[in-house]
Amino acid sequence: MLRSTLASLAIVLAGPAIAADTPHVQLTDPYDSGMWDYHQIKLLGDPDDIRFDDRIKVRAPEAAEDAFNVPVLVDATALEDVEEIVVSVDYGPIPHILTYRPGDALPKIGLRFKIDQATAIRASVRTKSDRWHVGGTWIDAAGGGCTAPAQAYASDDWEEKLGEIHGRLWAASGRARLIVDHPMDTGLADGIPVFIIRNLDLSDDDGHKLASIELREPVNEDPAFTLFFDPATMPPLIHVAGRDNNGNEIEATLMAGEAN
Amino acid sequence: MPSRRAALGFLAASVALPQHVFAQPLSYDLRPVPVLPGIWMIEGATEYFSMQNGGAIVNCALLQGETGLILIDSGSSRRYGEALNTAIRKLDLRGVSAVVNTHHHPDHFFGNQVFADKPILALGQTGALARAEGDSFSDNMYRLLGDWMRGTEPVAPNTVLDPGEVMIDGRSFTALGLSGHTAADLALIDAETGLLITGDLAFLDRAPTTPHADLAQWQTSLDALVAIGAPAILPGHGPLDRTGASLTQTRDYLIWLNETLTKAAQNGQSMVEIMDVALPAEFAGMGAQPQEFYRSVSHLYSGIERAVLPRAN
Repeated sequence: MLRSTLASLAIVLAGPAIAADTPHVQLTDPYDSGMWDYHQIKLLGDPDDIRFDDRIKVRAPEAAEDAFNVPVLVDATALEDVEEIVVSVDYGPIPHILTYRPGDALPKIGLRFKIDQATAIRASVRTKSDRWHVGGTWIDAAGGGCTAPAQAYASDDWEEKLGEIHGRLWAASGRARLIVDHPMDTGLADGIPVFIIRNLDLSDDDGHKLASIELREPVNEDPAFTLFFDPATMPPLIHVAGRDNNGNEIEATLMAGEAN
Repeated sequence: MPSRRAALGFLAASVALPQHVFAQPLSYDLRPVPVLPGIWMIEGATEYFSMQNGGAIVNCALLQGETGLILIDSGSSRRYGEALNTAIRKLDLRGVSAVVNTHHHPDHFFGNQVFADKPILALGQTGALARAEGDSFSDNMYRLLGDWMRGTEPVAPNTVLDPGEVMIDGRSFTALGLSGHTAADLALIDAETGLLITGDLAFLDRAPTTPHADLAQWQTSLDALVAIGAPAILPGHGPLDRTGASLTQTRDYLIWLNETLTKAAQNGQSMVEIMDVALPAEFAGMGAQPQEFYRSVSHLYSGIERAVLPRAN
């Protein structure tokens, strides 16, 4: 009797412990990083319908040459009805890099981020039917990109350039590219508070929202994005509007045309 | 029946064999090759840093001075400097009399530690850059080379070399203060033989590296080096060049690199997409490709696309 009571007590006690770090759906991580379960619960909210999916292409150099600017290309165009793409690293002081809601754009984005150590990088893609599909790749790195001060402070005029945007559209290939001048301080460098762009929203000339990017601390200094549209439906001009955590507004208009 | 001694001997041999295989210490096989009277070259592998090559990827030059050998560039680690010292004493018992660093990249000055009591000459700005960036280079080199780096501490040059006619340990040189590969690149012309030592302003059959490059400045420097018409050129990486090919190859590659990245920026490409570019045959066969092309995309593309893309606000 006593034995069975103890046994059932042990089960009750063990129950919550298992629930806390075991996701509803346990996956076999192709990168075996040891951290994916945690991010599946904390970052994605422990979804009931999730799988690793080779159709989600995440491309990056095998080794990060510049820890402050690691390029990544995420391509989920093999899936229909993509609602959002959560880009994250398994290892780093701040795992969440950004969330892209492609809306009228294609579910594909080129970005750069700051890397802190060698890690798996993931693109978790949620479709309208609330199914998650996760792709990834592995990046080797010397690291330190997240915990260093922004390089902008080496020059005197960073404040004048804050929010400056370079970019344009390419009608034939359905591309939009933009680079936004901003220090993107992570708050992890001594004495420098968090100073980041929160969001960049794209809309057409009628104010119809096309797509939006929610940025987090690991996005690179002077964020640079390539977004992709169906050339047949890409508007001739796209407005960009955003805000940083200090309330600075960011506005620009991307147009097709000759580069400088 | 085998004797007890033979049995023990057999046992010892079978144990000793694997020990011999596993306990081999890391060592550099440095062989100075005579290239001109009184001048030797140690040729590095035309590769990127690896655990296999121990970072022995750089060219070092040895020139006979009055009191010993003048060493141009000291290699990638303390262990490399020690191997240099051993190899040099076989050529001249007095060893190294002076060291020159052509620029502040770690494969060219991390052997300085072994020669810290000698004059170590470099352009003034090279000394400043070596002091500023040495520790972060060191972190990366330990990561790439592991135990090859044991005990290595970056030792910056201790003597400023000003451009012009200079005498180093009784030997006359023309020192050229150039830039483009880094912010301060030293080239030396040996007065006696006319040998041009370019540092990393010139590569031959090994992809040029660009972590601190200014491509326009680099082209200007290459023009100046071509104008010298040197009978022999010792590039920073790759074999001795008696035809000037190192200068034209480096120039052609940098032009191609600039054009490729500019065109990519004009087409709105992201870095990862550019890395899909197939290298032209004349550059694909260079040592350390395509890795160096990928590295160059990271180094150079942000600046190029900022110049190419129009303002949007």
